[in-house]
Amino acid sequence: MTNATDQVSIRRKMGRLAPVLPALIVSVAAAIAFILFPYDLAFLTRIVIMMIFVLSFDLILGYAGIATLGHAAMYGCGAYAAGLVSLHLASDPLIGLLAGAVAGALIAWISGCVLLRAQGVALLMISIAVTMVLQETASQARWLTGGADGLAGITVSPLLGMFEFDFVGQVAFVYSVCILIAVLIFCCILASSPFGLALRGIEGSASRMRAIGTPVYRRKVTVYVIAGAIAGIAGALAAQVTGLVGIEVFNFSLSADVMVMLIVGGAGRLYGALVGTLVFMVVHHIAAGIDPFNWLFVIGFMLLIIVFALPKGLISLPDRLVALLRRKP
Amino acid sequence: MSIIFSIVVDGVAYGMILFMISVGLSITMGLMRIINLAHGGFALLGGAAVHVLSVRLGVPFWIASFTAVIIVIVLALVLERLLYRHIYGFGELGQVLATIGIVFLMIATVNLFLGSTILSLGAPQSLTAAVDLGFKTLPLHRVIVILAGFIIMASLWLLMEKTRFGIYLRAAVDNKVAAASLGINTPRVFLAAFAIGAGLAAFGGILGAELLPIEAYYPLRYMVLFLIVVSVGGLGSIPGSFAASLGLGILDTAGRYLLPGTGTIFFFLAITALLALRPQGLMGKAQ
Amino acid sequence: MTSGLAVHGLSKNFGGLQVARNLTLSLPNGARTALIGPNGAGKTTFANLLTGVLKPTSGTILLNGKSVGKMSESERVRAGIAKTFQITNLFRDLTVRENIRLPILERERRTNKVFCHSDGIPELECEIFQLLEDLALTPLADKPVRGLAYGQQRLVELALTLALKPKVLILDEPAAGVPSTESHLIVQAIKRLPADLSVLIIEHDMQLVFEVANRIIVLVNGAILLDGTPQEVISNREVRELYLGADHG
Repeated sequence: MTNATDQVSIRRKMGRLAPVLPALIVSVAAAIAFILFPYDLAFLTRIVIMMIFVLSFDLILGYAGIATLGHAAMYGCGAYAAGLVSLHLASDPLIGLLAGAVAGALIAWISGCVLLRAQGVALLMISIAVTMVLQETASQARWLTGGADGLAGITVSPLLGMFEFDFVGQVAFVYSVCILIAVLIFCCILASSPFGLALRGIEGSASRMRAIGTPVYRRKVTVYVIAGAIAGIAGALAAQVTGLVGIEVFNFSLSADVMVMLIVGGAGRLYGALVGTLVFMVVHHIAAGIDPFNWLFVIGFMLLIIVFALPKGLISLPDRLVALLRRKP
Repeated sequence: MSIIFSIVVDGVAYGMILFMISVGLSITMGLMRIINLAHGGFALLGGAAVHVLSVRLGVPFWIASFTAVIIVIVLALVLERLLYRHIYGFGELGQVLATIGIVFLMIATVNLFLGSTILSLGAPQSLTAAVDLGFKTLPLHRVIVILAGFIIMASLWLLMEKTRFGIYLRAAVDNKVAAASLGINTPRVFLAAFAIGAGLAAFGGILGAELLPIEAYYPLRYMVLFLIVVSVGGLGSIPGSFAASLGLGILDTAGRYLLPGTGTIFFFLAITALLALRPQGLMGKAQ
Repeated sequence: MTSGLAVHGLSKNFGGLQVARNLTLSLPNGARTALIGPNGAGKTTFANLLTGVLKPTSGTILLNGKSVGKMSESERVRAGIAKTFQITNLFRDLTVRENIRLPILERERRTNKVFCHSDGIPELECEIFQLLEDLALTPLADKPVRGLAYGQQRLVELALTLALKPKVLILDEPAAGVPSTESHLIVQAIKRLPADLSVLIIEHDMQLVFEVANRIIVLVNGAILLDGTPQEVISNREVRELYLGADHG
């Protein structure tokens, strides 16, 4: 038995630092980007916000294996909640984030209770339909949401009462990066927790999870609500940074883009979400900058190449290259 | 009274268009278990081909339409052999991603050559003329669409019930492995079903251009609508698609006439409720 | 009411097809019962009725005197009824160790915990270590299950269920697909099970059945043909004709 405890304690010591490493990498990368591209901070901030959003989707698709095409529902609710709070109640950015998280979690809970009972195509369709309902509601409830014009002129007071949001977007960028790091650390902790292991179990075999006594549906609802809260935070950030919320936050293409970014990067691994978002957004930016109409060629071919050649996403590229090189000699 | 009549006529015509475009998707999704987000692209390509032939090259509309459907069928055959065949084997997500990639390529191609504005199909003036039914007048276009819908439903029924191909197809939808072990050449059945579905989508896209205008982003804009028809009807069920198309067509039209604005909300709420209660759709097989 | 599992008048119809007919039997604590019968006799159906995968048309199931009939599958597992799968059903992308960790965490009601490490409880890790040792899986502990040979996967399958520490254990053909060189590991594992556990083994391998069971139930067409000691079963003419005849003829 001493052998067992020794082994166990060695295994425990490794892995304790796991959440720190990605946070470190992100902060260093963000600092470099901040110095190298001082005039593209608005775009960099968009990437960072998208990373938060895609990370939340990784929790439900990559970890729990729940494929939806309606993740924009939570993002949009978070954006509207943050916008409304700062327009009518309090202009503190952190209160806005909290409102976004609550709104995202709430809509995830309500819709999740219905859609997580379904599977496959029905699940995809219900998630799309839920987002459509929200979009139409937002466009009709003009008195609250501004309808098709959206909410404009959202302003937030200085962060922590000290840092005024500037025109160049330096504070906004740093603020978003800090939230990304917090979310990333949370996701790392979740991924290595018993709950995270249970999610991977559900992704692997839901029937087996039932046979070991896991209330699978309840676990799915839980992760859906957590992911909804994070997506709500991403939406809230977007609202605060741009000062605008429009009904496009519920666009189907946003949900589809999130899925694309995640799978391009590699689902089920948090790095995959980050890499996929970065590559997708940068390629979009460059290709659309060269020729705004034909960037779809680039993304279309990119998708086909990834699906056919790298089914586990860009994150698996190093492994694949190593495997190829090993086979050669 | 007359508003109800308008709702029914417009709703049925709209439903027929949805049926023509979606039925092929339903068959392929039921048969190959593939989530093909690019299906609407065949309707777009059909419409775009008619635009090129009739508006730019001056070919008469009906000949242009016929040629366009043939072109799309040939294209579908090629795509099936080159791409889709491999996609069947992917997981759900791989299929979604690969077919979204194909949609993007289709949109970009149309956009490159024809731009992103609405494409006129050069349909003859006579189509907008009114037909007197004795008690009511109707635009000829609606009459043609409704008739075409019924004819296609009837011919699909004959195809499925009375031909050898129909038996093979039904067997393959029911149980792919068993059908293959009975000596049915399932890859060929897939190929034929795929091509027929694409051809019908092109036909529906051309006929429906007045209701769902042809432009580059067409497949993305209406993708959700077609997928909803298929999942409400039940994957692989032709009568299911027919019922779902008509029901959703009338529901959507009624919503627009009677509850402008909030109608769409009820439309999607109804779909959510229906799929939550019957995930397999109206006439789909329980999984 | 005796402790253990008691089944009374259990029936199940699929449409017109009756796959379980008025089954009444008890599986007291400590029993080692084997369920045998020709293919299609309804053995797996019976197991699924006990675990809650299927709902019976009529009849009652009592665990230690309390009805489990209304419980869902996962609630029954938590109450103490666990089963192995006839066809291995594992978490293929996880390592062997993680596969075993999951049921242990679930048994301890910990899979809803977010703010701790999944391998953070030393007692549970020691338990995993011991289970791996018992089933000779230690060398494979950190390999993903998808890379294991089928026989090894059967052992993991058994380990997952044992990790639940059930009161009633249903083994659905535990040795199916296991090479003969490894089947002794399964026999040993079954023999080492806690004495008060009630075990129901569904098995084709008669050698294994006679080695571990002290009572055999013969199921034919969804009904119990005979319920007795191995000697009684072996000497019964009807069983020899029906079961052995059907299996070997």
